[in-house]
Amino acid sequence: MRTLAIARRVIKELFRDKRTLALMFLAPVLIMFLMKIIFGANSSTSVTIDAVHVPSAVRTELEDVKHVQVVKKSSMRAARKSLKNQHADAIVRKSGSKYILTHANTDASKTAAVKQVMQGVLTKQGVETMKQTLKLQGTVIAKQQTAIGQLTKLLPAPAAKQFAAASAGNAAAPATTHKQAAAPTITNHYVYGDKNTNFFDKMLPILMGFFVFFFVFLISGMALLKERTSGTLDRLLATPVRRSDIVFGYTIAYGLLAIIQTLIIVVVTIYALGIQIVGSLAAVIFVNFVLALVALAFGILLSTFASSEFQMMQFIPIVLVPQIFFSGIVPLDSMAAWVRDIAYILPLKYSGDAQEQIIMYGRSLFSNEVLVDLGVLMLFLVVLTVANIEGLRRYRKV
Amino acid sequence: MTEQVIQMTDLQKQFDKQLVLRGINLNVFKGEIVGLIGPSGAGKSTIIKTALGMEKADGGQALVLNTKMPNRELLGRIGYMAQTDALYDALSGRENLEFFGQMKGLKKSAMQPAIAHVAAVVDLEADLNKRVSGYSGGMQRRLSLAIALLGDPELLILDEPTVGIDPALRRKIWAELHKLSANGHSVLITTHVMDEAELCSKVALLLDGRIMAFATPTDLKKQYGVQTVEDAFLKAEGEL
Repeated sequence: MRTLAIARRVIKELFRDKRTLALMFLAPVLIMFLMKIIFGANSSTSVTIDAVHVPSAVRTELEDVKHVQVVKKSSMRAARKSLKNQHADAIVRKSGSKYILTHANTDASKTAAVKQVMQGVLTKQGVETMKQTLKLQGTVIAKQQTAIGQLTKLLPAPAAKQFAAASAGNAAAPATTHKQAAAPTITNHYVYGDKNTNFFDKMLPILMGFFVFFFVFLISGMALLKERTSGTLDRLLATPVRRSDIVFGYTIAYGLLAIIQTLIIVVVTIYALGIQIVGSLAAVIFVNFVLALVALAFGILLSTFASSEFQMMQFIPIVLVPQIFFSGIVPLDSMAAWVRDIAYILPLKYSGDAQEQIIMYGRSLFSNEVLVDLGVLMLFLVVLTVANIEGLRRYRKV
Repeated sequence: MTEQVIQMTDLQKQFDKQLVLRGINLNVFKGEIVGLIGPSGAGKSTIIKTALGMEKADGGQALVLNTKMPNRELLGRIGYMAQTDALYDALSGRENLEFFGQMKGLKKSAMQPAIAHVAAVVDLEADLNKRVSGYSGGMQRRLSLAIALLGDPELLILDEPTVGIDPALRRKIWAELHKLSANGHSVLITTHVMDEAELCSKVALLLDGRIMAFATPTDLKKQYGVQTVEDAFLKAEGEL
């Protein structure tokens, strides 16, 4: 079997290149650890606000908010200066009944945080004022009650009874209002993951596919390029080997490699990073396997357009990087329709979708959601593989 | 009349409107060593590629072992060695031989004797288990020739096999080629080295996509009235 002989040879070459092997297997682990640390780190932003002519009640409220530091400034000038010198992130000034915010706006998340904090504090202030008014009403009612009590004494007996009943109902009302104002507690239940689930977990299904795609694409592309430039491809084609034997030999070798790589990534994610995979592991590996074959076919196809390793590297920004953007890391729903359509021609989108369904929702390989994505990936695979077998005709006419 | 191994009749080939072969007639008989000489760009490589079926002629036809090229199955009966060594660096010499043996369709039982035989021919027996990346230039060239010899092919097509080889090894390779031709194998060889041309049974002078002369080295020298093949070559080029 020539196909198997070629697969064996490709694997042998790969496993003797220890550095590339280490890159394929260890680099994803390292990157995932780093990402886990970065995205798992304290995601709250701390801000410093300069307050100018802000009532002390509001200032205390602001200071009570976590990660917020308030510095009182006597004038707008002093505040502006501290904003310019990067000592503060925003200035809050009260002018009449209005609050005027000036943001440094060099960090969008800080700007958003200040806006949110201010909104929160003002809402709280509003509630506080309402409470005060209610309390005031309460005392007014109590005073009325005593007055009514005194009045009833002066009234004839039957009328006094009626009056007492009515005023009792009146008095009960503010009491219940006070009870309801006590804050309700919130308990969270998580369908997927736990309270530590963050952006990294959302990225993982896509990331997993990306690693497989990136390494298989680049390494297989380089390998075929080397066959071409070193002349071994010509020599290979000067034997009775079928063109398809070469393409399928590579397919088997890199498919195997992708399985090993996925296994390592999955084991690390589950046991070292503690990420939950709801669906079956076999399904996760299968999707990555198919994706790897697509990446391989892509790599082989594009390697024919490259005349050196450096030119192969040039495909990274135009083939690989856009795939990350459109693979679902950034939600596509909010994008313009034509931008969304771009995603449909990128294989990583389909693998990302399928992996998300399996890893987060626990869907099986044979559920409709996953099957559609897999079907599209298979279509990519078939078309590209046929193109590759035909493409080898350039080097031998039969 | 002896059997014809290569029979090219009025072979024409063009790349992007540029005519590379303008009607090549070339016959190689069984047991002959035919040398193709000519300047770069004369079409030597194109003739070789057409004989191997890597290129398809636009006009005329190429018969190899009585089969019209391109033909995939026939490649098992041809040994090919290119200008570049075309070896897998990460594999050992033996692994390279085994791999190409499998590609040529050698039977498992025939593999080890075949490898032992070709390794002995190129004197690489002691280094077969070393990785090719540790080979010297000459050793790589010898291994490349050994691969071409695998499976005892009836026809050997060698594209500048002695480039960058020390004189002792070159002499050894030529001795081997003569031995092969004595055993009824045919060789089509391209070369730049004119004194090698003297060693061929026949020499074809290729200039500008045409064969200017095709004869034995002795006849060629007589034809141009010169002392060496090199002079004949220069004279032919001057006449053009």
